Amino acid sequence: MIDPVFLAEAAVNGLLLGGVLALLALGLNLIFGVIDIVWIAYVDLVMICMYAVYFIVQVYGWPIWVGGLASVALGALLGVGVHLLIITPILTSAPVNQLLATGGLLFFLQSFATFLWTTDHRSVRLTLPRLELFDMPISVARLIAFALSILAMLGLYLFLSRTYIGTAIRAVSQDREAMALMGANPQRVYLVTSAVGGAMAGVAAALLIIQYAVHPFFGAAFGPITFMICVLGGLGNMVGAFVASFIMSEVIAVSGVIWSTEMGYVIAFVVFIVMIFVRPGGILAKRG
Amino acid sequence: MLELRNVTAGYGHFTALWDVSMRVDAGEAVAVVGPNGAGKTTLMRVISGLIAPRAGELMFEGHAIGGRPAYEVVARGIAHVPEGRRIFPGLSVADNLKMGAFLPAARRKFGESLARVHTLFPVLREREKQRAGSLSGGEQQMLAVGRALMSGPKLILLDEPSMGLAPVMVLRLFDLIRRVRQEGYTILVVEQNVRQVLKLVDRAYLLEVGRIKMEGRAEALSNQDFVRKAYVGL
Repeated sequence: MIDPVFLAEAAVNGLLLGGVLALLALGLNLIFGVIDIVWIAYVDLVMICMYAVYFIVQVYGWPIWVGGLASVALGALLGVGVHLLIITPILTSAPVNQLLATGGLLFFLQSFATFLWTTDHRSVRLTLPRLELFDMPISVARLIAFALSILAMLGLYLFLSRTYIGTAIRAVSQDREAMALMGANPQRVYLVTSAVGGAMAGVAAALLIIQYAVHPFFGAAFGPITFMICVLGGLGNMVGAFVASFIMSEVIAVSGVIWSTEMGYVIAFVVFIVMIFVRPGGILAKRG
Repeated sequence: MLELRNVTAGYGHFTALWDVSMRVDAGEAVAVVGPNGAGKTTLMRVISGLIAPRAGELMFEGHAIGGRPAYEVVARGIAHVPEGRRIFPGLSVADNLKMGAFLPAARRKFGESLARVHTLFPVLREREKQRAGSLSGGEQQMLAVGRALMSGPKLILLDEPSMGLAPVMVLRLFDLIRRVRQEGYTILVVEQNVRQVLKLVDRAYLLEVGRIKMEGRAEALSNQDFVRKAYVGL
């Protein structure tokens, strides 16, 4: 029998992990919902931004908030770059070619990072106080990351619901052609979406580097789970992705404590496969 | 105002329009009728820039618009209410109208345009906060027309506005289109309800298998023969 305190601790850790996972899933889902292309290399862009924060903070000694802001800016820039250089030429290609192109970017970024920075694990060491809640040690870095991811998602929500361009982005995701008839140049909407999605990757990077070490294959650790969340929530469905993030992070954290960390991921994948059969349109999809 | 000269268009290897020439003068209401598959929707799509013509010229107020992208054509003053309405179902009624005024010039006149749309379609004011997807078919069609008016167009293209509506609603919709016309908009309408639409327009074209087969004043065309041809193409 497992001590309930361990279970509670795992649940809290799962909740905190869910915040950052949701941020990743929302960024990826936003781009997919609008442009209809899955950026396979999304979490690898996060990896590049994490290196940026590492160098700015750990090597050059700037404060962490500078690293964070730089990461967001770099993320937005990378988003624009990926859209212009890789997505634009294949916008009307067959889906399999689009997957191959963004998948190719993944391998390019992994090799690029290995070549430049080797496979060493690098982390940003922050001196943060330890916190205890009901006998449970709680990582302050995780708490900060969770709070900031919720804030970033709130910002995204306000951007999409309250601003003109945000509403246009939602409109394009519902009917691309009708929005062209309203006078919107789809290319410009895509560019804004890619920049916002990239900036989300930058935010996630800054929040991940204070919890995990970065290495060239970081994308392989967080990429698959991010896709699973997007599919589980229903591709393009933002609310679904948000809910699915917490389901998956809880499954991983709680079963990780009951059995082992590896088993946690195994169970998460089993849950995913079962859900694909039970609700192929995503957890929030209407039953067909 | 709008003139098509020998326009040919289609999708891939399929040609839907052959050598079509037609015109719409300012202030006119013109109908294009014809059986299913005659190329009516393709005609609308080629005018609004959703597809590029393969050959021929499209002129709007002296500018060549053939092959220009849709977002440029609407800026010239052509609003297209597409087949099946194509409102943004997940957006509120108010946001749908807001998107109609996406162009900078339209956004400057937003308040004025919105007041005009609300006068024409009071139901859109009542349902402002509702999700557009939850409106009835007739209300969705009003929203689609209202959204098109928000861009401040000179010419409105209506593709099958009565499609999927109950007979009572069809009559009401035609009344509303008549009122839109009285506001001074030029209208080009594609319709299956041939008898109804001939009461609304000044002139009509009969499109059959991608070619213009007949044209003339609406009164002159209201005879049995034309109507039968428009329905079944025989």
